Amino acid sequence: MFQWSKDHLLLLWLRLAASVCAAILLLVAGFVLLEAFEALRDIGPVRFAADASWHPASEADQGLYNLVPMLSATLFATLGAVLLAGPLGIASALFCQFYAPAWVAQLQRRIIGLLSGIPSVVYGFWGLVVLVPLIRLQAPPGPSLLAGILILAIMIVPTVALIAESSLAAVPEAYLLGANALGISRVGIIFRVAIPAARSGLLTAVILGAGRAIGETMAILMVCGNVVAVPESVFAPVRTLTANIALEMAYAMGDHRSALFVTGVVLLVMVVGLVAVTASFATETTHAESTHG
Amino acid sequence: MRIRGFVAGLAFALLACGGTDQAAIVVTGSSTVAPLMAEIARRFEEQHPGVRVDVQTGGSSRGISDARKGLADVGMVSRAPKDSESDLRWFMVARDGVSLIVDASNSVPGLSKEQVRRIYRREISNWSEVGGPDLPITLVHKAQGRSTLEVFLEYFELEDKEISPDVVVGDNEQGIKTVAGDPRAIGYVSVGTAEYEAGRGTSIRLVPLDGVEASVASVGQGRFPLSRQLNIVTSDEPQGIVAELIQFASSEQVHDLVEAQFFVPVE
Amino acid sequence: MARGMVQTSGVSPMTRQPRQRHARWLDGTVRAVVGLCVAAVVGVFCWIVGDLLLVGVPELSWGFLVEAPIDSGRSGGIAPILVSTLAILAVCLGVSLPLGTSAALLLSELAATDVRLVRVVRRSLDVLAGVPSIVFGLFGNAFFCVALGLGFSILSGGLTLACMVLPILIRATEEGLRSVPSDYRHAAAALGITRTRTIWKVLLPAALPGLVVGLVLGIGRAVAETAALIFTSGYVARIPTSLLDSGRSLSLHIYDLSMNVAGGEPKAYASALVLLMLLLGLISMALSISDRWLSRRMVHT
Repeated sequence: MFQWSKDHLLLLWLRLAASVCAAILLLVAGFVLLEAFEALRDIGPVRFAADASWHPASEADQGLYNLVPMLSATLFATLGAVLLAGPLGIASALFCQFYAPAWVAQLQRRIIGLLSGIPSVVYGFWGLVVLVPLIRLQAPPGPSLLAGILILAIMIVPTVALIAESSLAAVPEAYLLGANALGISRVGIIFRVAIPAARSGLLTAVILGAGRAIGETMAILMVCGNVVAVPESVFAPVRTLTANIALEMAYAMGDHRSALFVTGVVLLVMVVGLVAVTASFATETTHAESTHG
Repeated sequence: MRIRGFVAGLAFALLACGGTDQAAIVVTGSSTVAPLMAEIARRFEEQHPGVRVDVQTGGSSRGISDARKGLADVGMVSRAPKDSESDLRWFMVARDGVSLIVDASNSVPGLSKEQVRRIYRREISNWSEVGGPDLPITLVHKAQGRSTLEVFLEYFELEDKEISPDVVVGDNEQGIKTVAGDPRAIGYVSVGTAEYEAGRGTSIRLVPLDGVEASVASVGQGRFPLSRQLNIVTSDEPQGIVAELIQFASSEQVHDLVEAQFFVPVE
Repeated sequence: MARGMVQTSGVSPMTRQPRQRHARWLDGTVRAVVGLCVAAVVGVFCWIVGDLLLVGVPELSWGFLVEAPIDSGRSGGIAPILVSTLAILAVCLGVSLPLGTSAALLLSELAATDVRLVRVVRRSLDVLAGVPSIVFGLFGNAFFCVALGLGFSILSGGLTLACMVLPILIRATEEGLRSVPSDYRHAAAALGITRTRTIWKVLLPAALPGLVVGLVLGIGRAVAETAALIFTSGYVARIPTSLLDSGRSLSLHIYDLSMNVAGGEPKAYASALVLLMLLLGLISMALSISDRWLSRRMVHT
């Protein structure tokens, strides 16, 4: 009986902990919506898509609030970064799991871990001093969507690589040994056995990477040029939604400040969209069968 | 075992929470003023044992709203008061000039007010038209709301909407890094920061405006036209120790600190 | 542990068929592509760290670690900032680790009984992972600093960071838990072991590698974070005497020195190096714990 109640307590605690995690999102979302409410009421949601431009502080015509160019910039930057970092990160995971000797793999893991801990301002600085001048040689002015994509890609590689590796490591040894015994080549094992078996984890890795890319602020603000316009090429300067918040929040008052929180709402909606789309692909394998205590 | 250690640690941490009960003067606001204010606060603490001054940053608008709501005793604002902000008490602690900068390799001798105005309206789009190299001009501009932007627009009688920049930057250092090494670019940043960076070999040059060289000295002498105020604000007439701090911050005793941050002391 | 036990397919050169040759060619190509990708990542890493070393190393000294910053950080050291950083990290991990591990357990072990809760939690976490850090900063300021009355403090900063790293921590731990074969759970259940014991003695140890990955990413994210801390743990560069004191984190110090203080760059680079060394120490610790544990498991079975 005592044992049962101990389990019961545990169950309660797990549910509580998980609910707290969900509640954090509610709190964050509630806070952002509350702050955005003023602008949504005074300005109306339509103008955030229909206005001529983004000039929230101009007093002559009560401000202009078009967010669409920034939305497109965030989409392009995230997409580009994921397309680059996805293969790079998964390749790094494959390298550690299937190619590298143990000590090299260990070294690679530490390098990846360190990459994840470099503050974004350092990435931004490096991008501004190294990447942007290189791009400027090709197509002035230099700060551009491309610079943003490259920096974002470097920044999300660790997330993708480490989570991808842990899901590859989770593929049961028996599958691999079996495939090997059948005389299947290493490439065959990787592509026909390991990757399919680990696909849910690989997808998680890429989603988390994409989430990180959408939310990144400081680095992208320094290399993207921050001009509010739908990009015509990868060399065009763009401003992402996050950069918009970070650039203007420090000096924004009243409706302008509230409009920046609307930017935050748009970001949240985007992430919800991303999650909804990927959820329809993801297969949720669980260990349900063993849990009927 | 590990759990027990963790719980013990947590308990210890919670005990540590109840530490000193010393009341602190809270100062929040502009990130431009914050490093200066932090140094002023340190000196003030040395002279007033037992008093703590906590300086926080977060932007001018935060300084104003925190001071209004009473979340901070003193707010920091890196611009002049607006009409809607006359409910607060304003005290100037320093001035800061705004200078046009180009890459060190750009040979443009100087610019007039009218030339700058036409450059930012894109009526002049090549450096050769103003005596520089034969290169197209890249406009580096500041983000909405920044006080350097407001000073810039006001002096050159420009509307933010008529400017379509190539690059928009936030902080001064970002402006400098963006212009340095790009012979096409023109931007404008805090004069002290620019002077310091040019002095230590960063590839930028401060462009004379209407024949007046841009320097901290010329701002101090009142000859250079573009400058902004660095202010601190309180919601009411300051009392007691807060009044002392404000008096201290605008006194001669901190002029060396103001100069160390490359700003211009207020006489 | 390279799982590339497939050195050659055991086919002797005499019997090599065109198909095998094709497979070898393919193997070579894939190996080259993977190698190239890894080289690219490592190359960029070396480039960035090389730049940091070039400017930062001359500034590094024992004094830099044990002195307080002077003149807005242009001279002096980073001692109070190191203390604050470690305190913020401790609060962050102290809260997020137990909470995150528990949530991950629920997500992977109770998905069948708590279908709705699991779905809600998982979706929330995915969304939370994409919330920009500056929004966390503003939220943390409004909630922890103002609404809960904690003010600008290490506690506010640590709690805000905990909210930020939870998604990544939970997801990685969950991946680790999923990798534990169902047999273990069945065996434990068949032996009549309580679920609590199963979790402590079977599931968590087996999921340790995943947990460590989450920890590495979480610590990395936490020490690198700037925007969320400006508004929560604050800017005060004094050695904190309690968790309710404001304390400047290393990343915020780097940001301030590089973006806000003219001439702060060399010290910013040096501080970034210290941050990387600190991180390397923490990561090595986490990885070696999991390595040691894994090798012990190999001996036992």
